[in-house]
Amino acid sequence: MTNTESTPRHAAGGSKRPADSITGGQLPKHSWLLILALGWGIAAGILSVTDVFSIGGTAVLGMVLFFVLHYVASFAVEGRRRAADRLSRSVVTTFFLVALLPLGSLVWEVVSRGVARLDVAFFTETEAKTHIAGAQLGAAHALMGTLQSTAIAFLISVPIGLFTAIYLVEYGARTKLAAGIRFLVDVMTGIPSIVAGLFAYSLFSMIFGPGSAYTRTAFAGAIALTVLMIPTVVRSTEEMLKLVPNELREASYALGVPKWRTIVKVVLPTSLAGIVTGVILGIARIIGETAPLLVTAGYFQLTNPNPFSGTTATLPVMVYQSLRTIGPTAEQLHALGWAGALTLIIIVMGLNLIGRLIAWKFAPKTGR
Amino acid sequence: MSTQTPPAEQVGTESDDSHSLVRSKARYGDALFSGISSGSALMIFVILAAVATFLTSQALPAMTSEPDHTGLSEVSALGGFWQWALPLAFGTVWSAVLAMLMAVPLAVGIALYLSHYAPRRVARIFGYLIDLLAAVPSVVFGLWGLMVLAPTLHPFYKWLNETMSWFPLFNAWQAREDGELRPVLAVGGQNMLTAAMVLALMITPIITALSREVFLQTPLLHEEASLALGATRWEMVKQAVLPFSRPGIISACMLGLGRALGETMAVAMILPGKVLVTFKLLTYNNPNTIAAYIAQNFPESEGFGKMQLIAAGLILFIITLVVNMIARGIIASRREFSGAN
Repeated sequence: MTNTESTPRHAAGGSKRPADSITGGQLPKHSWLLILALGWGIAAGILSVTDVFSIGGTAVLGMVLFFVLHYVASFAVEGRRRAADRLSRSVVTTFFLVALLPLGSLVWEVVSRGVARLDVAFFTETEAKTHIAGAQLGAAHALMGTLQSTAIAFLISVPIGLFTAIYLVEYGARTKLAAGIRFLVDVMTGIPSIVAGLFAYSLFSMIFGPGSAYTRTAFAGAIALTVLMIPTVVRSTEEMLKLVPNELREASYALGVPKWRTIVKVVLPTSLAGIVTGVILGIARIIGETAPLLVTAGYFQLTNPNPFSGTTATLPVMVYQSLRTIGPTAEQLHALGWAGALTLIIIVMGLNLIGRLIAWKFAPKTGR
Repeated sequence: MSTQTPPAEQVGTESDDSHSLVRSKARYGDALFSGISSGSALMIFVILAAVATFLTSQALPAMTSEPDHTGLSEVSALGGFWQWALPLAFGTVWSAVLAMLMAVPLAVGIALYLSHYAPRRVARIFGYLIDLLAAVPSVVFGLWGLMVLAPTLHPFYKWLNETMSWFPLFNAWQAREDGELRPVLAVGGQNMLTAAMVLALMITPIITALSREVFLQTPLLHEEASLALGATRWEMVKQAVLPFSRPGIISACMLGLGRALGETMAVAMILPGKVLVTFKLLTYNNPNTIAAYIAQNFPESEGFGKMQLIAAGLILFIITLVVNMIARGIIASRREFSGAN
C-alpha cells in the first residue's frame, strides 16, 4: 500500500509541493485537530445557549459538527472525492473509539466496585450467615461449584471434541458423513446457552423425575456446558490438525508407522499448542455462562461438595442472585456480586491471555 | 504392499517382535483408534438428536394442551400457550433487530478501521482488545448495563422523550383519564433501548472479528489495482473490499443475530419485561424476550410451568436454528462461487 501512495501521480497532486500549490492544494496536515476543537467548541456554545449543556451531548454534537465541517473544508480545498475519503476515515475511526468507550467503562466500574471485597474472606467464607447482620460473606461455595461443573464439562468435552476433530481430518476427510458432522457442529455452535440448559434439565428430569435431588445438580450443569464447549473444541482442533503438513504424515507412513501411531506421535504433537489454545478458549467461554447453570445447577448458599446431588452455587449465578436481593443485607451482597464479577473477568481474561500466549509462542511460522 | 514391508520389518526388529505380530497389533490399534474417532463423531449426532428429542418431548404437552392452574399464571391469564409465546417471540426478534441496527454499522466500521485504516501495530493490539470484549461474560455485561449504563442514560431518555416524541418509537407520553399527557418513562433507564444497546455491544466483537477476517482476505491485487487507477482509499474500499466481502459480512451479521436472539442474562437483568407487543422504546411497558423470560421464571416455576418454559425454549431454538442455517448457507454458496483461492 505504501508503494502505491508514492506513485508519481499521487506525488504530483499531493504533498510533494505544498508551498506553490493553489489549485491542487490539500488541507494542512493537522487541520483536523483544529476542526475537531472548533466542532466541540461550537457544540458547547450551542448547548449552553439553549440551556441543555451536558458533556455527553457536547461530545456527540461536536463529533457530528466535526464530520460536517471537515467534509465542507475538504470539499472546498480538495474536492468531493478527497472529502468523502476523509469523512470515511473519521467515521470509521470514531466507530472504533466509540466501541472502546464502553469496554473502558465496564472494566473500570467492575474493578473499582469489586476490588474492595476481593479479600481473604471472599475465598474462604460462604453465604451461610447472610441472615446475621454484619457477618463475613464470601464466595467459596460458588467458586467450588464453578470448579466442579467446569472440570466435569472439561473432562467430557475434550475427549469427544478431540476425537471428533481427528475423525473429521484424519479418517472422514471428504466423506459425506464428515460433511454432515461438520454441519451439525455448526448447528451446535449456534445453540443458545439457555436452550442447552433446558436440554440438560429435561434430560435429568426425565431420568430422575422433576423433583428429585439428582435432577438439578452441578453434573447437570456440566452436561449443559459440555453441549456448549464441544463445538469450540472441535472447530479449533480441526483447524489446527488441518495445518499439519501432509508431508509429515506421509513420511511417517513411509517408515511403516501405523496410522493411529502417526496421529498420536506426529500429528497431535505438531498441533499441540493450537489444540491447547482452543481448549483454553473453550473453557473461557463456558466458565462465564450463567443461564444454563441457573436452569440446571440452581443456587445454594452453602458449599455442596457432591456434584451429583443437590443444587450448587456457581460464580456467575451468584453474581446474578446477589444483584436480585432486596433487604438489610442487600448492600453487602451487591458488593459480593461486584467482587464475583471482577473474579470472573480476571479468570476469563487470564485464560484468554494464556491461550493466546501459547498460540503466539508455539505458532508455526507463517508469512505474516 | 510390498513397498511397505521392509520398513515395517525394521520397526518390528527394533521392538524385538515377530513380523506377523507387529502387523496384527497395528491393525488392532488402528481399528480401535478409528472406532473411537468415529464414535465421537457420531456422538455429536447423538447429542443433537437428544437435544431435539428431549426438548420436544417436554414441550409438546405444554404446546398442545389447554393451560390450567398448574402452569404459569401468565399463560392462563392470556388464554393460551400461543397468546403467551408469540409476544415473547416478538420481543426476542425486536430486541435482536434493534441490537443489529446499532451493532452492524459499528462492527463493520471497526473491522474496516482495523483492516484498512489503522497502523498495523494499533490494529493488532486493538483487535485483541475487541476480542477481549467478546470474552466478557454476559452476566457482567448485565450487571454493568443495569447499574452503570441505564442510570447514565436516563437523563438522555428524558430529553429524547421531550424533544423527539414526534418519532413514534421515542414517544413515552400517555394520556391520563382527565386527558392530560404524562411521561411514562422506564424507572432508571431500564427500557428496551438500554437492553438493545447492551446486546449490540455484546455482538459487536463477534461481527467485527468475522468481518475483519473477510476484509483481510480481499485479494491484494484488487486493492492495488484500484489504488493504481487513482482511487482514494475510501473508493478502493467501495470498489474492491466491500463487493468482495459482502457475503462474508452478511453471514457474520447472521451469526451475530443468532447470538443476539439467544442472549439471556443481559436482557434478563436489565429489562423488567412483560408479555406484550409494543414498538415503543422508552416506556416502562417493555416486551420481554424468550430467553430472559425463561431465566427470570424457571427457578420459581413448578411442574407444568417448567414444561411451558421449555416449550418457549424450543421455539427459541428453532428461530436461532433457522437464522444460523441461512448464515451457513450464505457461507457455503460463497465458497462455491467466489474466485478466491
